[in-house]
Amino acid sequence: MLDIKNLNASIEGKKILKNFNLNIKPGEVHAIMGPNGSGKSTLANVLSGRKGYEIEGTVYYEGKNLLEIPIEERAQKGIFLAFQYPIEIPGVNTNNFLKTSLNTIRKFRGLKELDSLDFLKLVKEKSKKLKIEEKILSRQLNVGFSGGEKKKNEILQMSILEPKLVILDETDSGLDIDALRIVSEGVNSLRDKNRSFLIITHYQRLLNYIKPDFVHVLVNGKIVKTGFSDLAQELEKDGYEGVSIAK
Amino acid sequence: MKQQEIEKAKEYKYGFTTDIESIRAPKGLNEDVVRFISNIKKEPEWMLKWRLKAFSRLKNLKEPDWQKPKFPKIDYQDLYYYSAPKSVTDTPKSLDEVDPKLIETYKKLGIPLQEQKKLSGIAVDAVFDSVSVATTFKGELTKKGIIFCPISEAIRNHPDLVKKYLGSVIPITDHYFATLNSAVFTDGSFVYIPEGVRCPMELSTYFRINASETGQFERTLIIADKGSYVSYLEGCTAPMRDENQLHAANVELVALDDAEIKYSTVQNWYPGDKDGKGGIYNFVTKRGACRGKNSKISWTQVETGSAITWKYPSCILQGDNSVGEFYSIAITNNHQKADTGTKMIHLGKNTKSKIISKGISAGFADNTYRGLVKITSKANNARNYTQCDSLLMGNECGAHTIPYIENKNSTANIEHEATTSKISDEQLFYCNQRGLNQEEAVSLIVNGFCKEVLQQLPMEFAVEAQKLVGISLEGSVG
Repeated sequence: MLDIKNLNASIEGKKILKNFNLNIKPGEVHAIMGPNGSGKSTLANVLSGRKGYEIEGTVYYEGKNLLEIPIEERAQKGIFLAFQYPIEIPGVNTNNFLKTSLNTIRKFRGLKELDSLDFLKLVKEKSKKLKIEEKILSRQLNVGFSGGEKKKNEILQMSILEPKLVILDETDSGLDIDALRIVSEGVNSLRDKNRSFLIITHYQRLLNYIKPDFVHVLVNGKIVKTGFSDLAQELEKDGYEGVSIAK
Repeated sequence: MKQQEIEKAKEYKYGFTTDIESIRAPKGLNEDVVRFISNIKKEPEWMLKWRLKAFSRLKNLKEPDWQKPKFPKIDYQDLYYYSAPKSVTDTPKSLDEVDPKLIETYKKLGIPLQEQKKLSGIAVDAVFDSVSVATTFKGELTKKGIIFCPISEAIRNHPDLVKKYLGSVIPITDHYFATLNSAVFTDGSFVYIPEGVRCPMELSTYFRINASETGQFERTLIIADKGSYVSYLEGCTAPMRDENQLHAANVELVALDDAEIKYSTVQNWYPGDKDGKGGIYNFVTKRGACRGKNSKISWTQVETGSAITWKYPSCILQGDNSVGEFYSIAITNNHQKADTGTKMIHLGKNTKSKIISKGISAGFADNTYRGLVKITSKANNARNYTQCDSLLMGNECGAHTIPYIENKNSTANIEHEATTSKISDEQLFYCNQRGLNQEEAVSLIVNGFCKEVLQQLPMEFAVEAQKLVGISLEGSVG
């Protein structure tokens, strides 16, 4: 599904990702853990197409050179980024935004666009399932949302847009335990053999709820260790430094 | 079509011209031209005198020059003040007598004039250059005693109403462009809603400048008698021409006791090309008088076209408890300029006014909100709320807010809020990441920014206006 080879990314001359390699197969859940400044968010940004990076290396997504595909087309082709800091867009109704987004993506996939009635039905069903209060959807997009509401909104969007590759960029940061549970359940409910996840996180606690297939430790722009989900517990105990030295 | 023309047509889809034989007044501005217009309109003597009075006054007036957008001096002798399709110089009795080419033109504009194809529930008056070509739904309106007709017809058939109200809100001495309009206005709409009648449908006028080197000077007069209600909408387009064309309209509204007028404008005159060549000078005087107690006038404008938009739809709140509202979206892109806002003059007690202005500026454009809130000494307990928001796109455009407040009454309550923001790369990225392309993202964000104003438009037009908002900003972001 996703094949990253020798990826180098720098911003304003500063090298952040260094010969980064990662391969994700359909249905796999990969967690990337690392200290602040290790390049975690840069990885999410490069994959989703944010401008401003100088990039070398190759990234193939479903056999196509991802780096040549415009941002919106990546989204249409099924890449979803759950933002670390979802931005406020005043005046834009959340429901309306989501409907526009869904229909753009459906159109791209050759599906019929949903009318308002069908869309609202879908939203009702999904938000009930995720235990997310529907009423945030009638508010302006992310405006005045609490940290938890913003993240829940990302998860709800994810479940409605049904992406193929989900990138969660520190979705767990700043969440209380209840919100964390809702977010994790949202992710778990979407796991299936065709959908892959790349979970970027600083802390191990999210991985108590979402069991990844692989855990990678990112330090200084490079994966320094790869293991199974027990690696996360190890990290919690010894810290990132312990892992780097052990290597 | 040559490639270049095709490209151009994509930018402004109303930019076509219609090849129609027309009758014109001799070029230039003089007393004979004023007489020519009055004569061809078969006007009574009093109307000609009124025009001549305005014309003689004009000689002593100078154009105002305090506005922010500057423009080269207009040569008023180099313009045609009257141009009309040959086939409708006599008012058409029915649509069958209207030149099929004209009907075709309005079809292209999306304004069906044939009775059977009419937009449901909207009566349309179409003004082509200097004359009104067709008014629809007349019969149905007449049953309720509503008069909706070209103003030239009203001058002949309803002289008492016209004499009483024409110039009563915008005096012929008002200022250069208003006075010029009073002398040479050609056509426009007249509406009278009798006492206690709620107009059962939207009334709409569609203005089209077709002929070259022609100014359009329309005049609209709307009177809502006691306890009546009317919602009126005007739309405008013009062909693409390299020269600048002058449009100097006067619109007067009168609301008597307990009456309400809702006046909406979707202005999409040709804005000029990407380099700022050509386009309409939209210098319009719009003023409403809330003459009766508990009366209400509400202006809503969506200004997306014109090279220069210079207008201040205003309310004179004379009657006690009267209410004035101004909702505005002004979008300027490329080299367009706008200096627009409103004046709320509080004269009566307990009068209220509300101003919501949304200015959007992109490219090299310059957008100014200029407004006056005036509370006179007798206007006890007057209230005003003003909100001016500016949205900037790119680094080369400008936004300015110039609010004037004159308060002579200590019981007044005046609020003013203003914000300036920019569409951020972060917002665009978020939208892109959800599958929207750059233009869809901009349109969505801008429509969100303007929502409070768009909501004021009649349903049928709100959708159109939303699209227009998106289209007029196409290509404005990286």
